[in-house]
Amino acid sequence: MSAPTAVRPTEDELQAQFDATIAADRRIEPRDWMPEKYRAGLVRQIAQHAHSEIIGMQPEGDWLLKAPSLRRKAVLLAKVQDEAGHGMYLYSAAETLGADRADLTDKLVNGKQKYSSIFNYPTLTYADCGVIGWLVDGAAICNQVPLCRSSYGPYARAMIRVCKEESFHQRQGYELLMTMMRGTPEQRAMVQDAVDRWWWPSLMMFGPPDDDSPNSAQSMAWGVKRHSNDELRQRFVDMSVPQAQALGVTLPDPELALDETTGRYRFGQIDWTEFKQVISGNGPCNEERITRRRAARDDNAWVTEAATAYAAKHAAR
Amino acid sequence: MTETTAEGGHGAVPTGPDVPSGAHPSPSGAARRDWPLYECFVRGKRGLNHVHVGSLHAPDDEMAVHAARDLFTRRNEGVSIWVVRASDITASSPDEKDPMFAPAGDKVYRHPTFYEIPENVPHM
Repeated sequence: MSAPTAVRPTEDELQAQFDATIAADRRIEPRDWMPEKYRAGLVRQIAQHAHSEIIGMQPEGDWLLKAPSLRRKAVLLAKVQDEAGHGMYLYSAAETLGADRADLTDKLVNGKQKYSSIFNYPTLTYADCGVIGWLVDGAAICNQVPLCRSSYGPYARAMIRVCKEESFHQRQGYELLMTMMRGTPEQRAMVQDAVDRWWWPSLMMFGPPDDDSPNSAQSMAWGVKRHSNDELRQRFVDMSVPQAQALGVTLPDPELALDETTGRYRFGQIDWTEFKQVISGNGPCNEERITRRRAARDDNAWVTEAATAYAAKHAAR
Repeated sequence: MTETTAEGGHGAVPTGPDVPSGAHPSPSGAARRDWPLYECFVRGKRGLNHVHVGSLHAPDDEMAVHAARDLFTRRNEGVSIWVVRASDITASSPDEKDPMFAPAGDKVYRHPTFYEIPENVPHM
């Protein structure tokens, strides 16, 4: 027997159903009708998020062989493996929208899709690994926690998994820094130096100021994005200041001060020129990151081919 | 100037209209598209159902299970994994107003709250 068939709804009716789902704060699921701009915007956002996780393995990956103890090496390895996993969750979510995983990687290595600007900065010392966990992953958590309520179901569910794991990332970084701060004056200086270099790029992770972010309104109307760039940035600053005090480091901003009336921290002007330079390919490590990702794709292609051949041979038996 | 937003979790990325979305695949990735898509289900602990956790690509069933272990159970999230080729799943239409589910809509007598029982009747 077959299910009763319904009259095919019109585009207007589909749009109305979509709008009602969003208005009721329910989730859009993969096979639902959705506006083409909603789909394309999500694919772009999820793909770039995935690319950021994959490229994000590199800065810390540079320290895997130089970690100072077996414990630190195991922790760092687990963290870098998590980043790969986060990339996989996100590519999986992008695929539910009709994107193709291999195609997205091609677009990344061909420069047609981007990743977060933060990963174009180098990790000069081991303290950078700690600061990335503390500040970069801390900023990522600020961005990602609201995405757990994103209107697109598979994206929201992927973010829930990611957020559970990010907490480990931030805490291991902060613990690493606390350990170094209990060490020699040279080690404390290394931590301060790393904080000096990563603080401002971390603030840039939240994107341009709200009055320079015209896409945000549509994204928020669709429930893809839940808070404005400036609101999330402010939250991050407010969280980070007491953490810096507990750690015993100085955040490199002479204008950073508590506003007694609002209870929030005022901070200095962000150098958006630098941000735009880095995002458009002129950061310290852009070239290196993409070159290495391309090499990983091409040099490891034989593994993919060998596994395919093995599977075909066993299927034929 | 390409517009940038910070929607993608790990920070700001360009999102202006000139940035390709990737929603429509180009043919260049075709060679690596041979691996089928698997949907993965994990039983969190004894006594619970297997629950859908996501998908991955693998060359065959066995390698799909191993990949699912690495991807979804790095922190003891499961005691058992099912994988199934996405192409082997048969699904109802996704629409919430799907007439497929209409027969259940008007049968309120299938729910315990349909029946009024006096307050003084215990254990009901």
